[in-house]
Amino acid sequence: MGADFYYTIEVILNGLMAGVLYALVALGFVLIFKASGIFNYAQGVMALFAALTLVGIMEGQVPFSHLINAVFGTQIHDFGWHIPALLAIILTMVVMVGFAWLVQKYIFRHLVGQEPIILFMATIGLAYFLEGVGDLMWGSDIKTLDVGLPQGASLWIEENTAFLGGDDFYGFFIDQLDVVAAIVAAILVAVLVIFSQYTKQGRAMRAVADDHQAALSVGISLNFIWVLVWSLAGFVALVAGIMWGAKSGVQFSLSLIALKALPVLMLGGFTSIPGAIVGGLIIGVGEKLFEYSVGPMIGGATENWFAYVLALLFLVFRPQGLFGEKIIERV
Amino acid sequence: MFYREAGDFKTSYGADNQTFPIKFDRYRYYAVLAIAYLVIPFIINDYWANALFVPFLIYAIAAIGLNILVGYGGQVSLGTGGFMAVGAYAAYKLMTAFPDVSIMIHVILAGGITAIVGVLFGLPSLRIKGFYLAVATLAAQFFLVWLFNKVPWFYNYSASGQINAPERTVFGVLVTGPNTEAWAKYLICLVFVTAAGIIARNLTRGSVGRKWMAIRDMDIAAEIIGVNPLTAKLSAFAVSSFFIGVSGALFFAVYLGAVEVGEAFGINKSFLVLFMVIIGGLGSIFGSFAGAAFLVLLPVALKIVGVDVLGWPTDIVSHLQLVIVGALIVIFLIAEPHGLAQLWRVAKEKLRLWPFPY
Repeated sequence: MGADFYYTIEVILNGLMAGVLYALVALGFVLIFKASGIFNYAQGVMALFAALTLVGIMEGQVPFSHLINAVFGTQIHDFGWHIPALLAIILTMVVMVGFAWLVQKYIFRHLVGQEPIILFMATIGLAYFLEGVGDLMWGSDIKTLDVGLPQGASLWIEENTAFLGGDDFYGFFIDQLDVVAAIVAAILVAVLVIFSQYTKQGRAMRAVADDHQAALSVGISLNFIWVLVWSLAGFVALVAGIMWGAKSGVQFSLSLIALKALPVLMLGGFTSIPGAIVGGLIIGVGEKLFEYSVGPMIGGATENWFAYVLALLFLVFRPQGLFGEKIIERV
Repeated sequence: MFYREAGDFKTSYGADNQTFPIKFDRYRYYAVLAIAYLVIPFIINDYWANALFVPFLIYAIAAIGLNILVGYGGQVSLGTGGFMAVGAYAAYKLMTAFPDVSIMIHVILAGGITAIVGVLFGLPSLRIKGFYLAVATLAAQFFLVWLFNKVPWFYNYSASGQINAPERTVFGVLVTGPNTEAWAKYLICLVFVTAAGIIARNLTRGSVGRKWMAIRDMDIAAEIIGVNPLTAKLSAFAVSSFFIGVSGALFFAVYLGAVEVGEAFGINKSFLVLFMVIIGGLGSIFGSFAGAAFLVLLPVALKIVGVDVLGWPTDIVSHLQLVIVGALIVIFLIAEPHGLAQLWRVAKEKLRLWPFPY
């Protein structure tokens, strides 16, 4: 086996890790889409907002300090305390639940029964709004997020795989953070599955996803379920925000991962949680392999579009995605 | 009192079928045209042209194009930015390859090339529907922008990767390049807008438009009553992309002059035009104009209020602008999901009865 072979394997492994992160974002989409039929474009911005809030709380920043200073001419910046990561994560979660409640009460309750495109546009409006609020609250500079996750290449893996490929090969280069992210994603999916299968609220959630009116008629509160689902999506966004924020800093580009999650959803089907995971892995591996093998020949940076074109070609043959429900249309 | 059809008898089919059957509407339309062609060019200056009128006119063409696809054809597209880039780069290649041909022809040809590209990316719409299609059109957006960034032939191997509009004239008047007069920029855009508006209006109320609307309302039912979904969907993509290509060409050649593709035609452009269509009103030509006007005016107005009146730092104002635009979109969708065009329709109904509503 030549070194090239092992490099290809390394590319695949890294692709899998990246795919897990895409899948994390896609999960949030699926949760909301299943329960309320809303295609939530704001999921990426929610991840950004959650990460910003987490950093802000940990460092004790005063919210809106920039705006307050500009309007009243004061000079306030932070409260001067540091909050441990775990407590800050819980506080951020409280903020995300509050956000879910507000979104439900002031936006989507008023849009029940509208066409899907209108709901989609509303979430884009929400994304703009949230992005602006996040920047106003915590400032728009790039922040580092350190919640104590391991960083950098894993030496252990590198040393123990170096013997495989002969002299030209120095072992697999794998970021420790990616390994953590993969484990966290696996736990998250397991928790979500257990929650939706074995708890009362989870069952109610699935009932709502199946049929709104039938769920209403057996006494399930749609409002409660929707707040719950948006909170869950907020939680998933928080996890995704922590992972991406720890990887590349908390900055605006974080919200663009929502766009990367879209082809993942198309591949996996909008309504399937396993689909989101499998789709994420396929996209992650596919784009890394394509960039590695074909990219240098046609100018590189193919990661920008490969996922979309792959999903597009795939959909032409299977319009409902890998695991989506079969589309039956009648007049 | 003024706005009513009572006593306005039509004696021919032509008169009965005209675009503005109510006399008051018709005169208003002529008045708007007269002001746009005969008054504004004489009083316009650089600031008004660059900040308001030229972007408004160009976005209006793009919004008409997208409205044909989304509002009349029912095919949601997020690839507008990419198609505008096709129009811009097609116009650039044509302008540099055939310097002697009039720029008017170049702009129209650029629209034609965009139409071909649009049909190509519209092909999946025959299999994919709804949101899946919306996301699929993102493939066009990202692929096209990447293509124009990475293939040097498209930007004539220039070192900066930018494209710059060479100076071209129409009837001896400079219309592109940095030395263009404000009124020339304005007038050339206005000519294209007028043509686009008239063509789109007549297409959408003719048999082609009816087929598009049938497909939009329910494609299977439309197929059963004899509408060919292949030609209907692809013609919607073609016509829509044509207008979007024209607007992209004007955006590059007349408005910006120099373009870096990722910046000028990114995903944000797609969303911006889609917002115009939604806020203006899906399935309405007037709505396209109203939406474009609204979203061009809003940032200018906010900037004037925030920076010039209140004296806040520009970064805060730009963040506030995001908040306000986002909130306005949501409020609009809740209060009037059918957009500004619906408000206009309601106002017209009221006007017909005014001042004796009973």
